[in-house]
Amino acid sequence: MNITQILFFLLSAMAIFSAIMVLVSRNPVHSVLWLIAVFFAISGHYILLNAQFLAIVNLIVYAGAIMVLFLFVIMLMNLNKDTEPKKNIWMKLAGVVSGGCFLMVLISLVRQAADMQGKAAQTGVGDIGLIKNLGKALFSDFVVPFEISSVLFLSAMVGAVVIGKKA
Amino acid sequence: MTILAFDWALLIEKLVLIAIIVFGSLGIALYTTFAERKVAAILQDRPGPNRAGPFGLLQPFADGLKLIMKEEIIPNTSNKVLFILGPAMAMTAALMTCAVIPWSSHVELFDRKIELQIADINIGILYVFGVVSMGVYGIMIGGWASNNKFSLMAALRGASQAISYELAMGLALIAVLMLSGSLSLKTIVGEQMAQGNLWNIAYQPLGFLIFFVCALAECNRTPFDLPEAENELNFGYHQEYSSMKLGFYLFAEYVNMIMSSAIMACLYFGGYDVPFLDESTLAPNIAALIGVGALLVKIVIFIFIFMWIRWTIPRFRYDQLMNLGWKTMIPLALANMLITGAVILWRAGG
Repeated sequence: MNITQILFFLLSAMAIFSAIMVLVSRNPVHSVLWLIAVFFAISGHYILLNAQFLAIVNLIVYAGAIMVLFLFVIMLMNLNKDTEPKKNIWMKLAGVVSGGCFLMVLISLVRQAADMQGKAAQTGVGDIGLIKNLGKALFSDFVVPFEISSVLFLSAMVGAVVIGKKA
Repeated sequence: MTILAFDWALLIEKLVLIAIIVFGSLGIALYTTFAERKVAAILQDRPGPNRAGPFGLLQPFADGLKLIMKEEIIPNTSNKVLFILGPAMAMTAALMTCAVIPWSSHVELFDRKIELQIADINIGILYVFGVVSMGVYGIMIGGWASNNKFSLMAALRGASQAISYELAMGLALIAVLMLSGSLSLKTIVGEQMAQGNLWNIAYQPLGFLIFFVCALAECNRTPFDLPEAENELNFGYHQEYSSMKLGFYLFAEYVNMIMSSAIMACLYFGGYDVPFLDESTLAPNIAALIGVGALLVKIVIFIFIFMWIRWTIPRFRYDQLMNLGWKTMIPLALANMLITGAVILWRAGG
């Protein structure tokens, strides 16, 4: 075991533990805080793959901006046990079964995908995650989808303004 | 064991550097609190703290001792873990910024070339932004865990203000990045030190102004200190805190001030560059010492300007603050970015 492997297992354990805690926590604010921990662990994985830019953008955008807004909403809604709807046992069971089926499909998909066969993650050597290569790829090979997605963001912003004006 | 095949000298070197920089920043922050009181006193024509030690120089230690000796109160209804996590996160986020600041060039000691920067990562300035966005959690968690309406209101104000002004700050920064073509703070400083290049302030006066105003807002300094507006919110998000936890919140603000001053010095004022001096003609160790001195002088000047503004200007109303952020700062920063890009393209083409 070298340091990269140790870090990989440490980060994976942290990610899975935090993800479970997101689901298990009774308090929604605690759930959000554990979700932020998951983002941190995933950013750590990006760094192991030598994708520092993706790692830090993941932190700024998801852990920084989006989760703060999430936290806003949850703090202001003041959720507690009384307001949360009680689901009966059959609903819970159905949820577990369908979730398990979905997990099985995902796992078999990942295991059998042709792109994944016989490939291992390149730790510390890949360079597509560096800002220079990523920028070149986005603005040359993928320039049309990139620009179209920016139109999507613009329409989302306009939508937010329209809803804000109505209230 | 392959785990132990490690550059131990490098590890020790970095640990010593981290210790020096962290404790150095804390020491400077300690005396910044003293400077704040003295500057306030001078601007208001009164003597200021002058009893503890010569010229009151021991005042920060007296203040620190007072904070530690105070009774520690954790409200009964609050969430204990998060209540303690709040100030801890605020302080950690404030101190983590110092990892990417290039304090000077390198020194040569015991046949080793030691860079006076903890980590020269290729996304240096983005790392700073990531850490700053973590600092928001310190405020939000603390405000929420206090279980007090005023604290929660102040925390919401602080967080939305920080998010709003981060946008304009990022846009102003893009113009600098287009000039230097790198995200590494060391490279940005190196560009400005190169022969024939001016400091970035000469190319980006408007960008600097936007960045400076946003830095004021990010540090929750007057005129943007809405989160701790005493007359509406009693004391702000740290109202329920006492003892050293309160001290951590107040202290984190001063550490943030030092770090944002250092970032501004690096981005716009040549970092550890001394004007009209060719550092390459000096011995490396002397050049490094002069560099540290130059950066510290720039930081002190910025901190003084921060204080000068605090004791001169009244605070904004909340809607004015949001109007300024979204309707003035962001369009200005966008225009600045577009003009900079156009000029760079024009010069590259011609």
